[in-house]
Amino acid sequence: MNASFDPLKDLPKAASVTPTLDDYRRVVRRRLLLLGLFLLAIAASVLLDFTIGPSGLSLHALWQTLVDRHSVSAGQQVIVWSIRLPQSLMAVLVGAALGLAGAEMQTILNNPLASPFTLGVSHAAAFGAALAIILNLGVPGVPEEWIVAVNAFIFAVIATLLLDLMARWRKADTGVVVLFGIALGFTFGALVSLIQFVASEDALQALVFWTLGSLARATWFKLALLAVALAVALPCAMRRSWQLTALRLGEDRAASFGIDVKRLRLGTLLRVSVLSALAVAFVGTIGFIGLVGPHISRLLFGEDHRFYLPGSALAGALILSLASVASKNIIPGVLIPVGIVTALVGIPFFLTIVLRGKGVR
Amino acid sequence: MESGAAGTGSLNIRHLQVSYGKRQIIEHLSVSGLVPGQVTALLGPNGSGKSTLLKAIAGLVSASGTVDLDGHDLLRASFASRAEQVVYLPQSLPASVHLRVFESLLVARRASGSTSPADDMAEADQLLRRLGIDALAMRFLDELSGGQKQLVGLAQALIRKPRLLLLDEPLSALDLNFQFHVMEVIRQETLQRRMITLIVLHDINISLRHTDHVLMLKGGQLLADGPPAAVITSESLARVYGVRGRVERCSQGNAQVLIDGLVDAVA
Repeated sequence: MNASFDPLKDLPKAASVTPTLDDYRRVVRRRLLLLGLFLLAIAASVLLDFTIGPSGLSLHALWQTLVDRHSVSAGQQVIVWSIRLPQSLMAVLVGAALGLAGAEMQTILNNPLASPFTLGVSHAAAFGAALAIILNLGVPGVPEEWIVAVNAFIFAVIATLLLDLMARWRKADTGVVVLFGIALGFTFGALVSLIQFVASEDALQALVFWTLGSLARATWFKLALLAVALAVALPCAMRRSWQLTALRLGEDRAASFGIDVKRLRLGTLLRVSVLSALAVAFVGTIGFIGLVGPHISRLLFGEDHRFYLPGSALAGALILSLASVASKNIIPGVLIPVGIVTALVGIPFFLTIVLRGKGVR
Repeated sequence: MESGAAGTGSLNIRHLQVSYGKRQIIEHLSVSGLVPGQVTALLGPNGSGKSTLLKAIAGLVSASGTVDLDGHDLLRASFASRAEQVVYLPQSLPASVHLRVFESLLVARRASGSTSPADDMAEADQLLRRLGIDALAMRFLDELSGGQKQLVGLAQALIRKPRLLLLDEPLSALDLNFQFHVMEVIRQETLQRRMITLIVLHDINISLRHTDHVLMLKGGQLLADGPPAAVITSESLARVYGVRGRVERCSQGNAQVLIDGLVDAVA
């Protein structure tokens, strides 16, 4: 969060406090407390990820490995530092990235069903990544280790731009945008299948596993990259938080408040593209986090984006971290790709939003 | 009327033209001398260009001509400087915005970079009390009734302290009580804040009762311009709306329009 983020200091001094200001102060305090609780819950979930399940470590053993890595066996070192720690943290960061991307998408497309996964952005990114993985096609001059991420990003941008174009062309008709997004998803899904069809057997296995969405490919390099992306995107989003909130009141009203809506949309789409592309490039398509995270945040914090955006990121992080725990423990000894877990949890949630009638307006 | 020089604070529109593609929505529309403190109604049948006129003045659709507010042409003003003087309020809020009323007022100020958050809060608080809706402050927008939403929308506009307030059918979907209340608030605030208020209305009787000035539009052209009692006549009703109507005074002296039927050959 940016340095100037302190909603409480904004309140007038106590002497001039009226019932409304007093109530509002309480609302803001409760929200800050909730954000703190989310952080604690995420920390607890990460610990849980270490301590239960196959080759679960005791808290003591974990602590020792983290603080003094040479005091434990080489095997334990590798398990903690090279496998479990990157995976647990990857779950948190990918969850946060998808949660934030979903929240911003829902705001600029004015659609509660929008998320990178439901509107095909993840599939587009997956197609770009598949081009790199299977066919070795990429932008010339891009270093080997970046090709997948860059490809995923390019296609994510194309998909978000198409969605934005559609949203502006059919101004009020949010249902059309959702259908268009679903069509995008199908299209890129089919293209990925086409690549699978021509892929060699080894590459095919890698790709299939990858499209299921799995945290198993986490590395410290990828973690760092995603952390940097988040560290840039979140403060940028927070700086625009009032403008994004205003956009919720309607585009004309926001414009009349002096907001350059076009610029706001473009900047936001760029952030959404970067975040969802990196998430897809590193862990494959993990669905519904970008849908569920923002909805939980909206219920808890409302749509004041100063709280809604970080709330969505934290909710996303918590859900994916918990899903990662579940993926290791549903069937003992079997690590289910986490994308399958989030889909199984997410689909009923998605249907609930649609059926409650609050979905497509 | 005299043309509006700087200093009088009046609004003068000259040769305003708006077209969507090849279709001309507003043709060479000129209005002069709309003065601060007055509520001006825009009347006319559906598709006569009322909403488009408001949007053009607000800079939301491109237009040619001049819209002169206190000597400055709004059509050529920068985005930011226009937003400081003009607020446009569309017909309704999008549905299901889970935002507290109090915050929706803060947004109206903070979104364009207000630098004094404490003042914004104090002002939002005062304004809600002034409009008598302070009890709604902590409620969510998606829980409000249509009338409450309109009042909150009005508060969102007023907190920006506009010199020109543009309201697009603020009374649609309101019950009688709220129609009256909202119009009273609009008139009172217009007078006290010395704003120029332009309001699209469908109800002619409300215009007779609550507005100071009327512009009648049809097919993108201005057909009549003046005080309500002078503009709203049997003749203009027939010409603009194609109805046979009478203007009569009720027992309390208020003018009212009664519609007897349609004009046989609709112009």
